[in-house]
Amino acid sequence: MDQGRTHRIRRRLLKGGHFLGLFLAMSIICLPGLWVVLNSFRPTVEIMAKPPVWIPTELNLDHYRAMFGGVGEGGVPVLTYFWNSMIISLTSTAIALLVGMAGGYAFARHRIPGKAAIFVGLMVTRAVPGVALSLPLFILFGRIGIIDTHFGMILVYVALNVPFTIWLIDGFFRQVPKELAEAAEIDGCTRWQAFWKVEFPVARAGIASAGIFAFLTSWNEYALASQLTRSLNSKTMPVGLMDFTSQFTLNWGGMCALAVLMIIPALVLTFLVQKHLIAGLTFGGVKG
Amino acid sequence: MAEVVLRDVVKTYGALPVVHAINLDIAHGEFVVLVGPSGCGKSTTLRMIAGLEDISGGEVRIGDRMVNDLPPRDRNISMVFQNYALYPHMTVRENLGFSLHIAKRSKPEIAKAVAEAADILSLTPLLDRKPGQLSGGQRQRVAMGRAIVRHPDVFLFDEPLSNLDAKLRTQMRVEIKRLHQKVGTTIIYVTHDQVEAMTLADRIVIMRDGHIVQIGTPLEVFERPVNSFVATFIGSPPMNLMPATVTGGALRLADGTALPLPPGLSAHEGQAVQFGVRADNIMPEGHSLPPTAHMAHVDMPVTLTEPLGTETLLFGTLAGTEVQAKMLNPRPVRTGEVLRFGIALDKCHLFDAETGASLRV
Ligand SMILES: Nc1ncnc2c1ncn2[C@@H]1O[C@H](COP(=O)(O)OP(=O)(O)O)[C@@H](O)[C@H]1O
Ligand SMILES: [Mg+2]
Repeated sequence: MDQGRTHRIRRRLLKGGHFLGLFLAMSIICLPGLWVVLNSFRPTVEIMAKPPVWIPTELNLDHYRAMFGGVGEGGVPVLTYFWNSMIISLTSTAIALLVGMAGGYAFARHRIPGKAAIFVGLMVTRAVPGVALSLPLFILFGRIGIIDTHFGMILVYVALNVPFTIWLIDGFFRQVPKELAEAAEIDGCTRWQAFWKVEFPVARAGIASAGIFAFLTSWNEYALASQLTRSLNSKTMPVGLMDFTSQFTLNWGGMCALAVLMIIPALVLTFLVQKHLIAGLTFGGVKG
Repeated sequence: MAEVVLRDVVKTYGALPVVHAINLDIAHGEFVVLVGPSGCGKSTTLRMIAGLEDISGGEVRIGDRMVNDLPPRDRNISMVFQNYALYPHMTVRENLGFSLHIAKRSKPEIAKAVAEAADILSLTPLLDRKPGQLSGGQRQRVAMGRAIVRHPDVFLFDEPLSNLDAKLRTQMRVEIKRLHQKVGTTIIYVTHDQVEAMTLADRIVIMRDGHIVQIGTPLEVFERPVNSFVATFIGSPPMNLMPATVTGGALRLADGTALPLPPGLSAHEGQAVQFGVRADNIMPEGHSLPPTAHMAHVDMPVTLTEPLGTETLLFGTLAGTEVQAKMLNPRPVRTGEVLRFGIALDKCHLFDAETGASLRV
């Protein structure tokens, strides 16, 4: 009996320890985000206060109002940036997914000599920092005249995302047994139907996560966008953040407000995609 | 009508041949089992019939059509895979109806066919579940149901029972046989388990290293194996084989024991052979079947016993080879006890020591 009790106590302590550890880790991860959200609602004096004010005394929407206001009063063309970001991110994600699916499927289903080397090659392209790419790209894009266009940015982000989407989607398709497609073919499908009616739906949760990944990469990318976008034609939201810096001052509150506006669509999209595509999917069509 | 004919069918992977020019005629409604050790080319052969593998040479005909270049969907066949390959994102109902849905049949027609198949395989209460919520045996039945809704010309089974536990396997074996009696469709069934082959088949096709070794009814391949490979592969326990030579019209075992030459065999003087006898044909006196016309007797010490209830398997050593014998109406036997065994020579086999070919005339 006694032994059972000490065992129980130890289990409870262990659980409490886990909880505490998780809480600390999550605080460290979440605190900057929370701070951004908080700052977007606080007057500039409070943001800049030293020592910092932890518990806000006043919350208002001044920064948001100013942001959407006229150019003279700290306003920025939020809607245009938002629109540019959306078009560029969604289009490049869609294309990267299509290429990723074609490539990933081919890698997963066919014996391709030198596959490991090709994958390392794909990853190496991603090891080059964006800033290092930005100057050559700037010159190249300048020559062919696609600087400051949606097309140019979409091209860059597709190139950025394709290695990862291929790599991720290859992994997901390899988890789908090839007998599923064979069964579908015997059941009367063409090769094409077998893919879309069986293999794709079974792998779609994985493909969706690759899509979220590609979307977030494009949505948040700054290093390349800051060089290759010049004006309202194509400036994306991360680049728009720099509108709040001027030679001698930094409008922290405005920046935080725009950052919050950036976070929201990304959160909503991620949530929707996950809920819609991943919920209700159960595996087990084949014996493990 | 759907007979299946294989003419000189060859499969090579690159330069590596895995199926060597095999010929096979399967009649309409026949239950044929391809059996052989793992890696002998059974699945490859079946998949060529299904259209899942290209045929490197020869001809496959289903019914009156040459199907070499037809995709699987145009061959009117169904297949049950070893891992079932159920569509995990569809319910049992959708799995069963998938082929009809693809064929654009009407909703009521699909519902009727699905209900019928579900009824035959007792799947009705499971129709709204997903494959992930089913047990192994239930998945197996869904896989079979998916195969029968379409009323194909030929059913192909690739080791459908090897993922089930022993009890369920026996049960499903009976269900498959019943299903065949009910629907009467041609079945080609692949297994590496000779018991499955014996119990299910109208005709057994024994394969080895990409060749067909023997084709025959279960009794034919059991009683008249064409070589020592078939002899040891079919039947449980496997046939005992002992090296021997033919001298002076008698059979001399390795330790010099002389046995009369079994009748109906052709061996020439001095030939090195393998003497084959099944456990059922070597039994201790007093615990055996009635003696046949040609009996030989040997004394053998028992080294191990395996009581099975109605009979006991006795392990002994004869002429330096371990031999399994059968004891009917068993009594307890001590290890080391020497028993007198009767060998029914007219049920015995001789194989050429080099080629393994049967010397039965
Ligand atoms: N895609 C392939 N490439 C090369 N060799 C293969 C391939 N598939 C099967 N084989 C070889 O063909 C032989 C027969 O395989 P299989 O028909 O699957 O045997 P089994 O009788 O066990 O079903 C095996 O030796 C296997 O290694
Ligand atoms: Mg196989």
